[in-house]
Amino acid sequence: MSHRTPLGRARGLGSAHEGTAHWWAQRVTAVALVPLSLWFVVGLLGLIDAEHAAAKAWIAHPINAALLVALLVAVLHHAQLGLQVVIEDYVHGEGAKIAGIMVAKFAAILLGLAGVFAVLKISFGG
Amino acid sequence: MTTRDRPLSPHLQIYRWQWTMLLSILHRMTGVGLAGGTLLLIWWLVAAAAGPEAYGHVQGFVAHWFGRLVMLGFTWAFFYHLANGIRHLIWDTGRGFELKTGYVGAWIVALFSIALTILAWLIAYGINGG
Repeated sequence: MSHRTPLGRARGLGSAHEGTAHWWAQRVTAVALVPLSLWFVVGLLGLIDAEHAAAKAWIAHPINAALLVALLVAVLHHAQLGLQVVIEDYVHGEGAKIAGIMVAKFAAILLGLAGVFAVLKISFGG
Repeated sequence: MTTRDRPLSPHLQIYRWQWTMLLSILHRMTGVGLAGGTLLLIWWLVAAAAGPEAYGHVQGFVAHWFGRLVMLGFTWAFFYHLANGIRHLIWDTGRGFELKTGYVGAWIVALFSIALTILAWLIAYGINGG
């Protein structure tokens, strides 16, 4: 016999009030990164010899630019979710733990913004 | 009342070291390493947007022996985390928890990550001719 209310059962949230959002987001970004990261590595192999102009031309191609933005969002979201779990597992001081998680999240957002801005600047002919 | 003599549950210093434990911790270590690797990805994109001089710095770093070593490390970390990540996704479906499957999967991940790293570098050297 369950003592939970029907609403509580439907929402599926435990005492952490978070449910499975973190776990699920890590899986969704992982699945997205399988094709995106493989595409990027193959693309990089083709750019090994490339001078600046050739690299810019590759980044500026609309398909590559769109996939690069998708890659940046997925990889940085996935990375900060993973770093959060590692910090939660190994950093036991409450203050240091919260500070570490915030640094990981802020860094991911700043790096993502810088990367997306760079792709868009190149794409729009900067 | 003393609590010192109570039995402890098994922990890392007691478990016999196993092959699958190494793969498990390597998944975390390569994940943290690759998170650091995003710095290099962003540097590359921002340098490309900034101009030929900034882009030359990135090329200089990658051409240097230390830069090559870093790239070799990222290549292996990437293929390892990719292959072992797929192994994790299979576990998420509730499959593959038998002991034998665990060991077979571990061997596939180890061999795949090394083979793909070698293949990627052979292609890389094939493209730029050494």
